[in-house]
Amino acid sequence: MLTLLFDGIAYGMLLFILAVGLSVTMGLMNFINLAHGAFAMLGGYLTVVLMQRYGVPFLLCLPIAFAGAGLLGAVLERTLYRPMYKKPHLDQVLFSIGLAFMSVAATDYFMGSQQQIMQLPDGLRGRTELWTGGPFELGMGHYRLFIIAVCAALTVGLQYILAKTRFGSRLRASVDDARVAAGLGINVNLVFAATFAVGSGLAGLGGALGAEVLGLDPTFPLKFMVYFLIVVAVGGTSSITGPLLAALLLGVADVAGKYYVPKLGAFIVYSLMLVILLWRPQGLFVRKGGKS
Amino acid sequence: MSSVPIVLKTEGLVKKFGGITATQDVNLSIAQGARHALIGPNGAGKTTLINLMTGVLEPTEGRITLEGMDITRMAPDQRVQRGLVRTFQINQLFASMTPLETLAMVVSQQQGLGGRWWQPLGANRKVVERCEQLLSLFRLTEVMNQRTEVLAYGKRRLLEMAIALACEPRVLLLDEPVAGVPAGEREELLHTVAALPADVSVMLIEHDMDLVFDFATRITVLVNGAVLTEGTPQEIANDPQVKSVYLGHSEELTHG
Amino acid sequence: MKAVQDSLLAPSRFKVWEPLLWLLAFAAPWVFPGHALIVNEIAIVALFALSLDLILGYAGVVSLGHAAFFGFGAYTAALFAKLVMPDPLAGLLVGMAGATVLGAVCSLTILRGSDLTRLMVTLGMALILLELANKLDWLTGGSDGLQGVVMGPVLGRFEFDLMGQTSAWYSLSVLLGLFVLARRWVHSPLGATLKALRDNPLRAMAIGINVQLRLAVVYTVAAGVAGAAGALLAQTSGFASLDVFALDRSADVMLMLVIGGVGWLYGGVLGAVVFKLLHDVISGITPQYWTFWIGLFLVVLVLVGRDRLRKPWSWFGKPKAHGESA
Repeated sequence: MLTLLFDGIAYGMLLFILAVGLSVTMGLMNFINLAHGAFAMLGGYLTVVLMQRYGVPFLLCLPIAFAGAGLLGAVLERTLYRPMYKKPHLDQVLFSIGLAFMSVAATDYFMGSQQQIMQLPDGLRGRTELWTGGPFELGMGHYRLFIIAVCAALTVGLQYILAKTRFGSRLRASVDDARVAAGLGINVNLVFAATFAVGSGLAGLGGALGAEVLGLDPTFPLKFMVYFLIVVAVGGTSSITGPLLAALLLGVADVAGKYYVPKLGAFIVYSLMLVILLWRPQGLFVRKGGKS
Repeated sequence: MSSVPIVLKTEGLVKKFGGITATQDVNLSIAQGARHALIGPNGAGKTTLINLMTGVLEPTEGRITLEGMDITRMAPDQRVQRGLVRTFQINQLFASMTPLETLAMVVSQQQGLGGRWWQPLGANRKVVERCEQLLSLFRLTEVMNQRTEVLAYGKRRLLEMAIALACEPRVLLLDEPVAGVPAGEREELLHTVAALPADVSVMLIEHDMDLVFDFATRITVLVNGAVLTEGTPQEIANDPQVKSVYLGHSEELTHG
Repeated sequence: MKAVQDSLLAPSRFKVWEPLLWLLAFAAPWVFPGHALIVNEIAIVALFALSLDLILGYAGVVSLGHAAFFGFGAYTAALFAKLVMPDPLAGLLVGMAGATVLGAVCSLTILRGSDLTRLMVTLGMALILLELANKLDWLTGGSDGLQGVVMGPVLGRFEFDLMGQTSAWYSLSVLLGLFVLARRWVHSPLGATLKALRDNPLRAMAIGINVQLRLAVVYTVAAGVAGAAGALLAQTSGFASLDVFALDRSADVMLMLVIGGVGWLYGGVLGAVVFKLLHDVISGITPQYWTFWIGLFLVVLVLVGRDRLRKPWSWFGKPKAHGESA
């Protein structure tokens, strides 16, 4: 049972890193971006290509995935996304679905539709078993341990940036009220661009990290989009602890559900989400006084 | 005290937002047929009070009664059906609909036809007649077929008022009705309101003191969410407390 | 008085080209018997798009899960034909009724929350139904689908033929019938209150409209119409499969509606025709990469402005200034 919890936490943390960018841009720009998964996919494929064709070590690929996806994010934000901020939500949905479709088809064309196999470095393979035989036996895959460690470090880093740096306070001001923030002299455009880039970069990193656990093929953006949206809808867009908790909840629920009641599968997750959203339409973790 | 019945009453109305008390123990009564004005400096909580009365906000404490009925927990749309209607300080209109469509919709809704789906919107004679009346009264006839989003501001403000009247209000709450309306048309607008039948009771929030003294027979002064004083225009004009509040905000007094 | 009344009644009067359009539609399976199947397909998706327009165009609800009702109608009608009786009209009514009930229940979920919440909730419902249909494979055939749905003759007289002509006329008739009803609906006082609700829910409440009740009602009705479309699909194709619930369906129908124009009822019909034709043409050229071109189309469409699609004269030239009405 502890192993399940462990696996669920690893899954949840991965989801969090993947989805946090979406949550922040949703809260900041009030923009529903259904193409977010495409950046994750980019990170994953970038890593696979670099490792398989150019022999770049896995650990080096991770920051490259981050940078690559982030760069693409910055470029797209400036060119395509910016005119979309003021448009109605329906338009945003259509636009981002269109981008998602394009990315799926393009990836299929260039990389083929098969699942990509990720070759983990030796140091990250293997498993540690604790307390075997007892009720609290815990089997920790080393890779999952690695994921948890990286994601936890990133989370702490994000929280620090948000709470303690000037950029963070500018970001929080812009989320609360962009017009007032601009009036105070904050370069809101720059905040938007930087945030979008970092969010996309994190997605790319998540895609690279998660390829082994979640699988990687051209349908990734559409397959996982639902999970990202669940994290954002349940976790709310006014903090990063909200999505973190939502992602962990989702991760554990999914892993546990698939283990204990495999017949129902993803049904559990969707129903849980539905129940939560019916109970709290603004999400589970909305900061009092914050924008919903 | 006169024996004129009270149509809308708040008792001990309190509204707190977290640590801020926006409305403090407000006891306000609007008499039948009233021409009542609510004045006070910016931020005094006048719009909050209207939001509480109409059900947009829920009070933290206190009671609201409409013609004797307790409406404190009643939904906003039901209060409207009982005759409590308001206008908004910032125009709240239906952008894609024309003034004619808007009024026809409101009048139909008011006459209980809002649920009818098998009849076209213009089929009912009484509805059409009432629309014609309202359009003419508010000088919207020439623009009746233009989408609201392309109308000039002055016309929009008139439409805002027309919508409220189309609801056949018994108690009408007007939130700064003439803000942004050209000077020449303001008196006319308020004159239209004052000329409403005697059984319609009106309370108006306004900053323009000339208009207030012209229109109102009773004035309540709200400061920092609490009622400072209440009385006839004469009493208010001579009240030293009121003077000090306004002299402290002298731009209020001279603004016209 | 007359001028005012005329202005009000004008939108509800039948335009000259409308009967002509329907005449052409009904003539098509006879004039092009080889294409009767396509006509049938178009009629079905047009009905589905119509149902989405009722909530998206006329009440402002953005839903990515409308296929939930389409699929529910399909499976209900298919099961009815297999287990109870193969009469098409009875099955249609049962399919509609089932979808309507589901719609009433689901309408509780879309009453509160932001656009994103609604998006998630509607998507979630469709996905849950997909999972359910998958898992309850003893009833639904699971991923193999529900096969062998054999229909009796329509009205006891018109057998479903291999060419698909009966199917086409059957679907067109249902489409026309529901279309006429929908037309009455949107031009009625109720339809006007729904438009008001879409434009400004705050003000709608302030004029005495019970916003939540109205939303629930329109959602329920739209679900029923979507269910009818699903039932038609199951009946005319003889089977029901899981893809009736898929995200693709919900996304495609939204796309169709957007192409044809949201909020003017014929948008669904127009969009269905254009979409199907586009699909066939493009799939003929690049069968695998339909998704790419559709994606590109969407992106360009939105960047350029959805409304300009309907005004070909505005395709070249400067974009209109913000604030001009569409």
